[in-house]
Amino acid sequence: MELLAFGDTGWGDELFRATLMTIAVSITAMIIGFSFAAIFTPLKLSKNKFLNLLANSYTTVIRGVPELLVIYLFFFGGTGAVMYVASIFGYNEYIEINAFVTGAFAIGIISGAYSTEVFRGAVQSIDKGQFEAANVLGLGKFGKFFKIILPQTLRLAIPNLSNVWQITLKDTSLISVTGLVEIMRQSYIAAGSTRDPLFFYSFAAVLYLLLTFLSMKLINRLEIKYNKGY
Amino acid sequence: MDFELMINSFPKLLNAAVITLKLLSVSLIIGLFIGLIFAILRLNKNIFINRFAYGYSYLFRGTPLLVQIFIIYFGLGQIEYLRSTFLWVILKEPYWCAIIAFALNTGAYTSEILRSAFQTIKPGIIEAGQSLGISSKIIFYKIQIPIAIRQSLPAYGNEIILMMKGTSLASTVTIMDLTGVAKYIISTTFKPIEVFIVAGGIYLFMTFVIHNVIKFLEKKYSFN
Repeated sequence: MELLAFGDTGWGDELFRATLMTIAVSITAMIIGFSFAAIFTPLKLSKNKFLNLLANSYTTVIRGVPELLVIYLFFFGGTGAVMYVASIFGYNEYIEINAFVTGAFAIGIISGAYSTEVFRGAVQSIDKGQFEAANVLGLGKFGKFFKIILPQTLRLAIPNLSNVWQITLKDTSLISVTGLVEIMRQSYIAAGSTRDPLFFYSFAAVLYLLLTFLSMKLINRLEIKYNKGY
Repeated sequence: MDFELMINSFPKLLNAAVITLKLLSVSLIIGLFIGLIFAILRLNKNIFINRFAYGYSYLFRGTPLLVQIFIIYFGLGQIEYLRSTFLWVILKEPYWCAIIAFALNTGAYTSEILRSAFQTIKPGIIEAGQSLGISSKIIFYKIQIPIAIRQSLPAYGNEIILMMKGTSLASTVTIMDLTGVAKYIISTTFKPIEVFIVAGGIYLFMTFVIHNVIKFLEKKYSFN
């Protein structure tokens, strides 16, 4: 237990900060994922074959390639890509991207592919009558989307989005390979300096279990709230 | 684009893909047995057995695979007692540690898939077997298990693909699988995009094959 003490003698405060870091990366990645889903879901549902192909290749590639490989691509390729873009605008200094941004982006793109599939499924399972009713009421394109389709999509998507959240949360453990100090990386450091890997990795497992358990409780509440009218 | 690098690294990555497939197939076979046993335990009426099986699947589904590998590879070696038993022969090999972690992980997911498949079997089918005078053991082996396997094919196909992606974590415990070799080539040549295209292409091809095999099996064993 003294290994977990707060302050200089133990690893309690370090692990606490690492847990906050895991939560921060997961939430950021989830938000980045939502923005990707916001772009690619309409493309997936569009009647244009080319846009369809574009969205399908995004989800197929990301869901068929290991997360770790995507993270390596961003970790080793991110700096180069950003510097290339900067050089077009005439900026030639070295640019260092921090591990948080790289990690959140890599996990975000992965999470976005899963979210896209969830939203596509949700939109497709909305009754056709809802679209027709919106048309009959003379709502414009925006009104139809924001007042009729989006609220129903969200309700239908919540159970599956909670799965995406779980996947995203667990995927953040892989960012530890880039050196970002989240739960896994901190446990690795602590295990190395105390030579007690069994304790620290088991403790990391407990932290992840706690996070998944608590977030499930929260999401269940949300689900009940959104299902009130049904 | 460095096409020469892409062509040169292709055979190396292909060789590494064989290791990925080995890791995948061995852990899937062991994991299927574990999953079947725990699915049956989940259906047991005894609350302790039931809870135990639920706890197992909750534990392995609620924590990242990386933590599980690290506990088995780095953690278990710390226990002095284990080092003196025959188990140490297995546990000192990163290859077997990875397989144990993968098998336990996929076993947890498989047990959930099979449990829900068992639960969706219509009671009428079992009753039909009983009224024909078939013993409950044979009903279980000859009726319930085949139906459950057919029911769970689509979900299990997804699990196979997830597990294939999971085997990439073996590279974190020094195994040179497809991701391990890809990372090695990236870190020596600093050409991440080229290597990603080749390695990712091999992974996508494997996903494609698995997907179609499962689809074929689904059609072959469909109820109509």
